[in-house]
Amino acid sequence: MASTVSISHLGTLMGGVHTVDQVGAEERAASLAKRSIKKSAKLWALDLAIRCIDLTTLEGQDTPGKVAALCAKALRPDPSDPSIPPVAAVCIYPALVPVAAARLRGTGVHVASVATAFPSGQTFTSIKVAETREAVAAGADEVDMVIDRGAFLSGNYQKVFDEIGQVKEASGRAHLKVILETGELGTYDNVRRASVLAMAAGADFIKTSTGKIQPAATLPVALVMMEAIRDFHRETGRVVGFKPAGGIRTAKQAIAYLVVLFETLGPGWLTPERFRLGASTLLNDILMQIQRERTGAYQSGDYFTID
Amino acid sequence: MPERVDVRKTYKLFINGEFVRSESGRSYRPDGGINVPRGSRKDLRDAVRAARTAFAGWSGRTAMNRGQILYRTAEMLDGRREQFIAELGGTEPARQEVDAAIETWVWYAGWTDKLSQVAGTVNPVAGPYFNFTIPEPSGVVGIVAPEAPPLLGLVRRLAPALCAGNTVLVVVSEPHPLPGLTLGEVLATSDFPAGTVNVVSGIRRELLPWLASHMDVNAVDVTGCTPEETRQVEELAAANVKRVVHGTSNGMTPDAITAVMEMKTVWHPIGV
Repeated sequence: MASTVSISHLGTLMGGVHTVDQVGAEERAASLAKRSIKKSAKLWALDLAIRCIDLTTLEGQDTPGKVAALCAKALRPDPSDPSIPPVAAVCIYPALVPVAAARLRGTGVHVASVATAFPSGQTFTSIKVAETREAVAAGADEVDMVIDRGAFLSGNYQKVFDEIGQVKEASGRAHLKVILETGELGTYDNVRRASVLAMAAGADFIKTSTGKIQPAATLPVALVMMEAIRDFHRETGRVVGFKPAGGIRTAKQAIAYLVVLFETLGPGWLTPERFRLGASTLLNDILMQIQRERTGAYQSGDYFTID
Repeated sequence: MPERVDVRKTYKLFINGEFVRSESGRSYRPDGGINVPRGSRKDLRDAVRAARTAFAGWSGRTAMNRGQILYRTAEMLDGRREQFIAELGGTEPARQEVDAAIETWVWYAGWTDKLSQVAGTVNPVAGPYFNFTIPEPSGVVGIVAPEAPPLLGLVRRLAPALCAGNTVLVVVSEPHPLPGLTLGEVLATSDFPAGTVNVVSGIRRELLPWLASHMDVNAVDVTGCTPEETRQVEELAAANVKRVVHGTSNGMTPDAITAVMEMKTVWHPIGV
């Protein structure tokens, strides 16, 4: 496991955060999103997208039954088609981790639990740490934590840094994804700064959003975060993954993220070990696109399972 | 006073409540002078998506409200009567055709809140149950408009489908698309929720296979199709058991409404 960087090194890293060129980032993201991926390349991209999905349900009305259904879908997204691969992980609230863990044990599909008072992150550090520990003990092998935006926006970077460090320690061998909630950070500069902070504090993945705030993931924000990952990798040699989440509903959007990922971080990141898509409705749209590509007929949501 | 500049109209597709250019960026000239958008399969896909999204809202409206909106379509069409007469050639038959079209909207407007009483039944069953059969809208209906008469043929197929509570996408006549496209402007001001009616123009053979094979379309009205096209639609429609409706543009009948509806039977125990 990679160690966190020292405080002095963090200072250098944070000091080295340059102002993000907003117009440039948006223009580049928009031009990459226009790239046309068709036919066999599209099928390849859709297959990769499925393998990278964190199939998510984060609702107050989630039941063990719903999580069980989601797990079934995660293992076999299209019951009529065994050539469709399983997704990367199932992402759920901590209380439902035992249900998912029991269903997914030994299948290769990971159990990701949100933690640290998701989605607001506004509670005591001790509780966040305890929540993480319980989630991991219950069987989660990935933890999606939120940063304390209140502390970050008031300039208390130290608190955010320490908290991520403690949660990282509490999550032990579980993979830690740190949610920046970019919709609440206000500027691209803050996004970049929060990315560096999270990576320096030990994040295995940085993730855009909880999905509870609008705007959630956008392409320019993703580009800024990926560039932060790229520069951090050059600086420290540590590999950090990226997970956009929230608002990614169509296969077209998913492919746009893959294009930006490829152009920014290179082919090394086109794997579920380094890239995830947090989504729920996206999976059905991808399945429909695959069917459309294979059969030549536009598809209907009526013929795919509701999740 | 100087003569004002000639304002030439750009005809557009009507999809999801908006007038849009074709995704293809192409057009064709059916009568040599006017550019008509040449809708592509992606325009068709967008129209089906819009219709599917609008379906719950439109079919969920009260029958009374649907009737009001159909009646308003008659009002709007009446307000543009002269324009349509001119577009259809300005002759006496054109005048009669427009008047018949207006009348058709009024006639089907009256049917919205009467249909389930007339077409529905209470069935006698051997058991302590009520047994009802109730007509429900099929869903998304694709209509291939008859070539002639260009306006009335379309209205005679479109009005009953909307009356039933379906959402519709119309492929207008290929050689005479203008009345259909102008009707889109009437529909746009008639309080139909966005996506309830979509109007696509283009080359029939480029659009028809995509419409007929689309899994999210529940019925296709082939009144305007040639026998060859009808056969193709019927074959492709089999994939998701679409209703294929062979209609006529002569006269008005409640059968035209039930042709794009499904009869659903429900049981309810007596005394519960």
